[in-house]
Amino acid sequence: MIEISKPKLIGSSELTSAPRDSTVKISVRDLNFYYGRVQALHNISLDISQRIVTAFIGPSGCGKSTFLRTLNRMNDVIAGTRVEGGVSIDGQNIYAPGTDVVELRRRVGMVFQKSNPFPKSIFDNVAYGLRINRVTSSRSELNERVEQALKDAALWGEVKDRLKMSALGLSGGQQQRLCIARALAIQPEVILMDEPASALDPIATSKIEELIFDLKRHYTIVIVTHNMQQAARVSDITAFFLLGKLIEVNPTEKMFTAPDEKITEDYITGRFG
Amino acid sequence: MDQHRHLDDELSSLRDRVLLLGGEAERALDRAMYALTERDNEAAREVLAHDDEVDRLEVEVDRQCIDIIALRQPAARDLRFVISVAKMAPVLERIADHACNIARAAIDLNNEPELKSTADVQVMAGHASAMLRGALDAFTNSDADLARQIIQRDQEINDIYNHVFHELIEMMVTDPATATRDARLLFVAKHLERIGDYVTDICELTVYMAQATFIKHTK
Repeated sequence: MIEISKPKLIGSSELTSAPRDSTVKISVRDLNFYYGRVQALHNISLDISQRIVTAFIGPSGCGKSTFLRTLNRMNDVIAGTRVEGGVSIDGQNIYAPGTDVVELRRRVGMVFQKSNPFPKSIFDNVAYGLRINRVTSSRSELNERVEQALKDAALWGEVKDRLKMSALGLSGGQQQRLCIARALAIQPEVILMDEPASALDPIATSKIEELIFDLKRHYTIVIVTHNMQQAARVSDITAFFLLGKLIEVNPTEKMFTAPDEKITEDYITGRFG
Repeated sequence: MDQHRHLDDELSSLRDRVLLLGGEAERALDRAMYALTERDNEAAREVLAHDDEVDRLEVEVDRQCIDIIALRQPAARDLRFVISVAKMAPVLERIADHACNIARAAIDLNNEPELKSTADVQVMAGHASAMLRGALDAFTNSDADLARQIIQRDQEINDIYNHVFHELIEMMVTDPATATRDARLLFVAKHLERIGDYVTDICELTVYMAQATFIKHTK
């Protein structure tokens, strides 16, 4: 039996490097999650500060992606799932009855492991969310928002002359940045990324990581990654999950040099199991 | 799993190599002091001849550390170990350099009439040698408590050095004919005092490696 102390909730006073925004954006308390009768998450409590990058690491099946999807209720679409406990964003419980899930997912955007552009033009991909949410009132405003989102996703320079061409003609890395642009266009507050670079080559991965670094000035970013070096490179806070439990959460530099829990150290140093 | 065993093998090899380097530094110090106290120029020349081997080992440790960082990307305790070793190797090499300087001083002094008062310098050397041995033991066993105890002993060397310094200056004044030899012995004492400082550095690295705590430049 592994004895593990309850992870601390990390506040900015405990961070040791550059100053970070301590305002809590997402607050999770005693969260349990079930796939039918199988409990996938056990009593997770965690504060996620705004405008920093928080990385979730852990072995396959540890619950990190499941937990990520509880933050914008993406698990709701899976039949037979059940949630106990609370997830608050800016103090509002997102599981409260009457919550507008569409509005929630506008505020909490998501980027998936496999880029999933629509079989439409580059422009229409980015404009899609703006159109269905009727966000813009004029063609020129739509154009501006699409351009800004593509610039924010560091893709504008590469696609500005071919906005009407199919998004499916872009490279894998460009497609992933297009998906990020699509998420940014509707101006979310939080961006959830589920292994956003796992299918990309090192150069495309590097661009995504640079992008994440730039985006955290304006957005709260939560990333699930299997690549521990990527977690070390891009995140400010790292949380380690195992068997559906949150084992440890700490500033990334501490996590990768001197984690509190031996089992975290065993995982990080590759001696797990 | 093979990958992890591979890393363990490399870390083990690195540990062996840096301990070998530490053993060479320890031996160089002991032999240099033997050359001085026993007026044995052959022993002093042995120390000087062996210094290339010490330099070679230091470069090997450097290369191994760089390879492990580049190829294995160690984290947590592995990272602390590799970083500590990388910083420890040049310190050990410098200790061996100080031993060479003591050996050179021994050759010079051995060609002159014997000085009466080298006892305190021998006591200093005994302290320095014991500290170095203890520091290498503490590193080997990741023993932060022992490392901290050894750091405290550096003050003893400093106190003896201050005593030797004043004693030798006084001898230079009272008997100017011995001034050159006194000065050489003073340099020996200074080398031993510096070795005490370097052993402290090794112990600080051991504390970091074992406990992830920086104690350098803290009282």
